[in-house]
Amino acid sequence: MLATPSLTALSVTDLNVADPIAQAVGQVQTKALDALVCPVDIEVQGLTKHFGATRIFSDVSFRLARGEAVALVGANGTGKSTLLRSLMGLIPVTQGHVRVLGQDMAAANAAGVRAVRTRIGLVSQKHNLVPRLSVLSNVVQGLLGQYPGPRHWCHSFAPEPSRRAAMSALEKVGLADFALRRADRLSGGQSQRVAIARAIVGQPQILFADEPCASLDPAAGEDVMALFFDLVRQQGVTVVFTSHNIAHALDYGDRVLGLADGGVKLDATAASLSADDLRGLYD
Amino acid sequence: MICGGFMTDVHPPARIERPSALSFLGYALGLFVVFWCLSGAGFSLDKMLTSPPRFADFVDRAFPPNIEPKVLSRLGWKMVETLQIAVAGAVIGVILSIPVAIFAARGLVAGPVVNQIVRTILSFIRAVPDIAWALVFVVAVGLGPFAGMLAIVVDTIGFCGRFFADDMEATDKGPAESLTAVGARKIDVIACATIPAATPSFISTSLFALEKAVRSSTILGLVGAGGIGIELKVGFDLFDYPTAMTVILMIAAVVIGIEHLSGWARTKVIGEQR
Repeated sequence: MLATPSLTALSVTDLNVADPIAQAVGQVQTKALDALVCPVDIEVQGLTKHFGATRIFSDVSFRLARGEAVALVGANGTGKSTLLRSLMGLIPVTQGHVRVLGQDMAAANAAGVRAVRTRIGLVSQKHNLVPRLSVLSNVVQGLLGQYPGPRHWCHSFAPEPSRRAAMSALEKVGLADFALRRADRLSGGQSQRVAIARAIVGQPQILFADEPCASLDPAAGEDVMALFFDLVRQQGVTVVFTSHNIAHALDYGDRVLGLADGGVKLDATAASLSADDLRGLYD
Repeated sequence: MICGGFMTDVHPPARIERPSALSFLGYALGLFVVFWCLSGAGFSLDKMLTSPPRFADFVDRAFPPNIEPKVLSRLGWKMVETLQIAVAGAVIGVILSIPVAIFAARGLVAGPVVNQIVRTILSFIRAVPDIAWALVFVVAVGLGPFAGMLAIVVDTIGFCGRFFADDMEATDKGPAESLTAVGARKIDVIACATIPAATPSFISTSLFALEKAVRSSTILGLVGAGGIGIELKVGFDLFDYPTAMTVILMIAAVVIGIEHLSGWARTKVIGEQR
C-alpha cells in the first residue's frame, strides 16, 4: 500500500529573514500563522533504530500536529513499542532526529529531556504501577517530573494541591474510593485506570499509550479505551497509541501509521481507511 | 496391556549416558582434589575412631550445665549484650547498605566502572572474616562491645550491599520507566519504583543478616570485642566445662530462637506481598 501524506502543520521556521523590519513583520506573520495552524508536537526525521545487528526500522519520518490522535499499528516485531520509546527518549536512536515539543531529544542534555518529559504522560501495557504503594501515592508520583523530591514520593508527604490533583484524576477514572488501596490489590481494569490517572495528573500535552488494553479482557479493554479517549479529547491532548486492535485504531485514531518491513508503510487518516486496509499490514 | 496401549517401536535412550573421555578425566581430577584437600586438612580415620570416648568424657564433665542463679544472671546479661551488639550492628549495617547498593547496582545511577569498584570493595569486605574485622576494630577503638558492633556493621554492609544491589537489578523495570517517562529524576525513580519493588527482598536479606549477626556476635568475645564469647573462652581455659556448656546451650537457644523469629517475620512480609 502506498504511503499517503497526511495533513500536518506548516513549518513556521522558514520565515527567518535578515532584515530587522522584515524580521519583525515575519514575527507578526509567525504569530498569526501559529494562531491559524496547529503547531507540530512531534517531528520525526529519518529515524533508524538497530538493536545490535538487528534492524528494527529505518528512515521513519512523520509529523504529528497538536491534538491529533495517532494509532501506530503493525505486526509483532515491527517496532511499534520501540518507536514509542524512541519518541520519549527512553532509548537512544541509531540515526535520525526526534523533536518533541520543539526539543531535539538526542541533542538535549538530561535536564532538557526531563523538561520535555514533564509535559508528556505514558500508559503502558503492563500498567507499571508500583505494587506495594497505595493508589493515591502512585498517582501523586505522576507529578514527580514537575515537582521532584521526597514530598512527591508518597501521598502522605505530598503538598495539599498535589493530593487534590491526584484525587481529581482518580475521580475522573472513577476510582476515588480506591485511593488508599494497595496497587497490587486492584483488578486489571482498575489498575489500568490508575495508570491513566497517573498519566493525566500532570495535565500533559502529549500522551503515549503502548497497547493500553492488551492485558485486559475485551469488555475492560473497551471501557479503558473509551475512558482514556474521553479524557484526552476533553483536554486537546496529542495522543500516540499502539494497538493490535484494528477497530480501536480506526475508532479512536484520527490518523493511522502502519509499520511493516522496517518502515512506515501506511500513513492516512482513519476516516479514509477500512479494516481490510489495516489487515494488509499483518499479511 | 501396558500404558493403555501406547506402545511404540522407538527405543528409549540409555538410562545412563557413557561419559566422554574428557568428562571422565574431569571426574577423576575432581576426586583427586577432594582427596588432596582431605589430606591437607589432616583427615585421620584413626583419630575419628578414638575421639568418641574423649567426647563422651567432655560431655560427662560438662553435664549437668552450671545453672547457679549467680552464673545464669551473669551469662544472661552477657547474652543481652551480645544481642545488643548484633541488633545495633545489623540495623546500622542494613541502613548503610542501601546507598552502597545503589552505587553497586548496574544500570541504576553509576556507570560500570563505579559499579565494579563498589562491588570489588564489597567482595573484599566479605572475604575478610568477621572475627578478623573484630580484631581490627579492637585495635582501632579498644576492647569492648563497640568494636564488636563495628565489626558487625562492616560485615553486614559486605553481605547486604551485594544482595541489595542484585535485588534492585532484578526488579521489574516497568514502573521505573513509567516514572522516567514523566520526567522524574533518577533519585526519585529509585526511591519511588526501584526500592519499593525490592523491599520484600530487602527485608528477607536483612533478616538473614540479623541471624548472621547474632551468630557472629556470640564468638566476637573470643577476641575481646564484647558479648558472651569471652565467657565461653574463660570456661574452656579454666576447664569449667559446666559453665562452658551453659554458654553453648544459651547460644544455641538464642540463635535458634532468632532463626524462627526471622523465618516467621519473613513469611509474614513476603507472604502478604504475594
